[in-house]
Amino acid sequence: MGRESKGISRRGLLTGGAAIGAAGAAAAAAPKHDGELGAPPQAIRGEVPWIEGAADAPPQAMSGKGYVWFTGAEGPLIEAIVDRLIPPDPTGPGAVEAGVPVFIDRQLAGPFGQGQHFYLGGPWPKGTPEQGYQSRFTPAQFYRAALKAIADHVFKAYGGLEFKSLQPDAKDKLLKDLEAGTVELPDGVDGKAFFTMLLQNTKEGYFSDPIYGGNRDMAAWTMIGFPGAHYDYRDWVSRHNERVPFPPVAFKGRPGWTAS
Amino acid sequence: MATTLKPVDAVIVGFGWTGAILGQQLCDAGLDVVALERGPWRDTATDWATTFAQDELRYMWRHHLFQNVTYDTLTIRNNTGQDALPMRRLGSFLLGTGVGSGGVHWNGQIWRFLPSDFQAKSHNAQRYGKKAVTDYDLTVQDWGITYEELEPHYDKFDKLCGTSGKAGNLKGQIQPGGNPFEGPRSDEYPTPPMAQTYGPTLFGQAAANMGYHPFPHPSGNLSQPYVNPLGCQIGECTYCGFCEKFGCGNYSKASPQTTVLPYLMRKPNFLLRTESEVLRIETTADKKMATGVTYVDSSGQEYFQPAGMVILSAYILHNVRLLLLSGIGGQPYDPKTGEGVVGKNYAYQTTSSVNLFFDDKLINPFIGAGSHATVIDEFNGDNFDHAGLGFIGGGYIGGMITGGRPIEMIYTPQGTPAWGLEWKKAAAKNYLRSFALSIHGACMSHRGNYLDLDPTYRDAFGRPMLRMTFDFTDNEHKMSDYLTAKAAGVAKAMNPREIKVNGRKGSWSVVPYQTTHNTGGAIMGDNPKASVVNKYLQLWDVPNVFSMGAGAYPQNAGYNPTGTLAALAYHSADAIKAQYLKAPGPLVQA
Amino acid sequence: MRRALALAAVLALGTAGIAAGQDQSRAPSAPAFSPFNLLSRPVPPGQAQLERGRQLAIQGDCAACHTRDGGEAMAGGLGMNTPFGVIYTPNLTPDAQTGIGQWTPDQFYRAMHEGKDPQGRFLYPAFPYVYFTQISRADSDAILAYLKTVPAVNYTPPANRMPFPFNIRALVWGWNLLFFRVHDFQPDPSKSAEWNRGAFLVTGPGHCAQCHTPSNILGANETGKPFRGGYLDNWLAPDLTANSRTGLGGWSQGEIVEYLKTGRNPRAQAGGPMAEVVSYSTSLMSDADLNAIAAYLKSVPASPGATAASPDPGAMKRGGEIFSDACASCHLEAGKGQPRFFPPLGGDNASQQANPGSVIHFILAGGRTASTQSRPSPLTMPSFAWKLTDQQIADVATYVRNSWGNSAASVSAHDVARLRGKLKLGTSPPTANSGDRG
Repeated sequence: MGRESKGISRRGLLTGGAAIGAAGAAAAAAPKHDGELGAPPQAIRGEVPWIEGAADAPPQAMSGKGYVWFTGAEGPLIEAIVDRLIPPDPTGPGAVEAGVPVFIDRQLAGPFGQGQHFYLGGPWPKGTPEQGYQSRFTPAQFYRAALKAIADHVFKAYGGLEFKSLQPDAKDKLLKDLEAGTVELPDGVDGKAFFTMLLQNTKEGYFSDPIYGGNRDMAAWTMIGFPGAHYDYRDWVSRHNERVPFPPVAFKGRPGWTAS
Repeated sequence: MATTLKPVDAVIVGFGWTGAILGQQLCDAGLDVVALERGPWRDTATDWATTFAQDELRYMWRHHLFQNVTYDTLTIRNNTGQDALPMRRLGSFLLGTGVGSGGVHWNGQIWRFLPSDFQAKSHNAQRYGKKAVTDYDLTVQDWGITYEELEPHYDKFDKLCGTSGKAGNLKGQIQPGGNPFEGPRSDEYPTPPMAQTYGPTLFGQAAANMGYHPFPHPSGNLSQPYVNPLGCQIGECTYCGFCEKFGCGNYSKASPQTTVLPYLMRKPNFLLRTESEVLRIETTADKKMATGVTYVDSSGQEYFQPAGMVILSAYILHNVRLLLLSGIGGQPYDPKTGEGVVGKNYAYQTTSSVNLFFDDKLINPFIGAGSHATVIDEFNGDNFDHAGLGFIGGGYIGGMITGGRPIEMIYTPQGTPAWGLEWKKAAAKNYLRSFALSIHGACMSHRGNYLDLDPTYRDAFGRPMLRMTFDFTDNEHKMSDYLTAKAAGVAKAMNPREIKVNGRKGSWSVVPYQTTHNTGGAIMGDNPKASVVNKYLQLWDVPNVFSMGAGAYPQNAGYNPTGTLAALAYHSADAIKAQYLKAPGPLVQA
Repeated sequence: MRRALALAAVLALGTAGIAAGQDQSRAPSAPAFSPFNLLSRPVPPGQAQLERGRQLAIQGDCAACHTRDGGEAMAGGLGMNTPFGVIYTPNLTPDAQTGIGQWTPDQFYRAMHEGKDPQGRFLYPAFPYVYFTQISRADSDAILAYLKTVPAVNYTPPANRMPFPFNIRALVWGWNLLFFRVHDFQPDPSKSAEWNRGAFLVTGPGHCAQCHTPSNILGANETGKPFRGGYLDNWLAPDLTANSRTGLGGWSQGEIVEYLKTGRNPRAQAGGPMAEVVSYSTSLMSDADLNAIAAYLKSVPASPGATAASPDPGAMKRGGEIFSDACASCHLEAGKGQPRFFPPLGGDNASQQANPGSVIHFILAGGRTASTQSRPSPLTMPSFAWKLTDQQIADVATYVRNSWGNSAASVSAHDVARLRGKLKLGTSPPTANSGDRG
């Protein structure tokens, strides 16, 4: 004999029986405001709420190597660019082998790509550098426009070649020009702003938890010596100038968790 | 059409640190209290558990715990000659939202301001002449309160959090190992200081050799388990390196969730409403009394919550905006005339850093905590002679390691490109052998730095956004140059292979993260012509509205603001309980 | 444009709200009283019978079962899983239509003492009359008098969901014949007054055996195995006997009292269903009563120890690695925990029960420590359901059950999969904050 299991605990999160129905019905159409994106309003009194088993856990691990957002030539172009941003060498993996293009693809397909946590309302006059991102585009729209603009620019400037076919020096030269804002891309695309976003996303994919599709096998963490999601260093705080022996661990573990 | 709800004694607008403190204080006094929080409920084990809290991408770079600017942001510009444009992406500061708000994702740095900080105008004018506080169009003011008045309330907050540290001044007696410059403390810290890793230890040794007085940073990441006076339990820090911008998974960072809510949420006279955003404060027709607040919840329903008292405890930018939208608090500030008070004296924090790179020393920067640092206070406030320096104010310098999160915190030497093979090799070579000294400086108020309502941009509810007009002044630049040079001096004395100085140059930019220490706009003072609230944080013009938080700071000191805003909240709560409830009305006669 | 759209959404919703009717405009409500707020409300001064009734309502832990999720304390409606089906607890508030407002002291005593409702029909033994039968008539009257003073709530619990033939109440007659004896509490004159008080609280109102004694297929206590631990509702209520490994043999009387009063002691923390027992019942009892309970429990003879086969070294190795990364930040490498914050696992009796159900349950679903007046923090273990596979949970559970001197049967991935299915934790329920997909 025991309590009926309802999937939520007693006195769970959704206190107020009347509220659940009303809020549930309204949630789909609720105005999304202020980061909460339609979570129903709650009234809470008397106890700290808790739902058994609940977790605001990260997304399920990304699987597969194919692209879901990049189309046609975009994938090869991204691969060729990030391969120069973080090239492979004996020090550690390059961005491509670390899975950065897959990471960026999944990010652009998801809430980041759709401009979550970006304010995109107008008007959109040109701002000062201090005013930061002033585009009306979501990151996904920005990538789409910028990749096409870069491809078109290369085609024109290098006699019909694709970026991936350029010599490494020529690739780096173009990327440096984008970084410095000295190359004018077609269709008014802001190459410098795009480079800033792409470099940031590349480092994100390189160093974030492998659950997001990049940092394959935690190789980027291994390269620098970062133990990843390890949570407890109390025994090592006062051990100065020693190498901490913990192998990197990701949210979903490490090889030692499953080795037979 | 708003639905009118059952009246309550007090409504709390925003449920972070000050909302939680006022909720606890007023409920314990027997008041019927409703708190309105625009964000969701969230708690340790479900929303930033040890199982996934260490997610740099999701929390730092995708802003998962922060205000979502998609629906509401502010507009920004450096001066009145520019058009303010929306802050389309969080950067320079990371606004909180949700239950606990910034108290969830702060570093836990718990400081007290210096006694002289509260008399920034009169003290500096007396020591350096009147010009020192009016140069560069500074609009520095005294606070209308003294350190001595606040001390018992600082102590309460320390005991709430279980702050880890070492006193430097116990009842006037200077203590070895602590900060000799601090104001007298009535009691030692509740828990001993945090242990220090190699980097901060090296800083402390070098600083001591130079004749400075290094001490462990006072910390809301606790050195040992602690039970506070409410019975709430704060755990022992594991130095995981995910504090700032993250929630703490094992209960070891002081936050509303760890220190107050377990107690407060049990109260039958306390009700929390989440996903409920206050649109404005309602008043009587003559604007002399507030009648309650109007809010809208995430189902789109609008409500009027009548209340005997309104406690504004949202973040400073939202408190100021609500005052402006509601037409209370006094006249909006006008930088042309210098008249008006609401939005006046917006200030920030002046930060810089020095990176150190070693060949022979393993720093292991991933072992860190939000307040894990050894610091010196020789160059803060008026702890040093400013004669001839051309600025007032100062800051602390610390060998600080909050963590080694690799997307944000890989340091490479001067001249290293930002990408390519050279960058990668530098990252691999230096990650374990580098860290940074932090310089955390004051920001004086200035005639041209202020907050008002934007004429163009509106939020999802059709309300004008807040407009921020801000830039660092020559006072800040000179101060920062001076402090950064001092830090570089200590850095060199630590004998690294090389250093890299990241000075505070040019105009304030919204892009790189600096610090979420926005202050002013609803400042406190001793008269309604120069301030919005009195020393009890009570509005001069609408005495049943109290405006909490760092918005009350007439200018910002060289310390992190949370300790002082918490002390001011306790001070205000005491006055409400001891005086206001017995005789509602102005607590200070104008 | 986006701003305009958002605004339009607000307006559109406003209209929809009106169209959908009045309910849409009602603000979310929360119960006026949580169980401990209701039970800790003082009765009017000088009302000795009401105070006695309040104490007995606390001792009987009435609120834990007679309060549904998000419902008013004592208004009933919680579904109880029984071998016979789902039974919904009745409304105990004095509402005349839906509660017990019209019950007479005779009727109430008959329910408590004989397990029959005012119409004389058999009550299902989910209601612990098997234990409450020992409550005296005066005490029963006091409980009813107290219940009649709590705020009346007009609420009708759902109808029971019981398949044939269990919906035939007369079957309970047979059950009672086998497992129930109407009787009063009989003190043992050879024992101290404290022990007798404890015996009454534990075997009478406290109805501890309902969970902590193994039950047979019909849900009744197995004979001859008092307090050796029972499994119900996907939890293992641990052995309370003097067994030093699986029971309370190593606990001092003071440690038992601290646990019951605050929800924690240096050895253990009350989690799972016991967290509610502590929050709504034992933490509100007097120190004298808690000492009496502890004195009685310390006298329960030890259960026979079971020897477990040695665990698979591979499982131990993998489990140890998982433990170090995923568990040690709170429970520490040596499994020694942080007393009263995060429970030690080495030497922990709850971890070493023959049935690993609770260990698996805690790892899958998480669990939180009781919130009590003196220690309100509901320190909570997070759910690992999304993070660890069934095999990983089995390995780390096996490791915990067989490290630092612990010894208990290994856990299999199959055990974990079965409980994961029952708890519906194939995917984790989201939190309110999960809406933000930034």
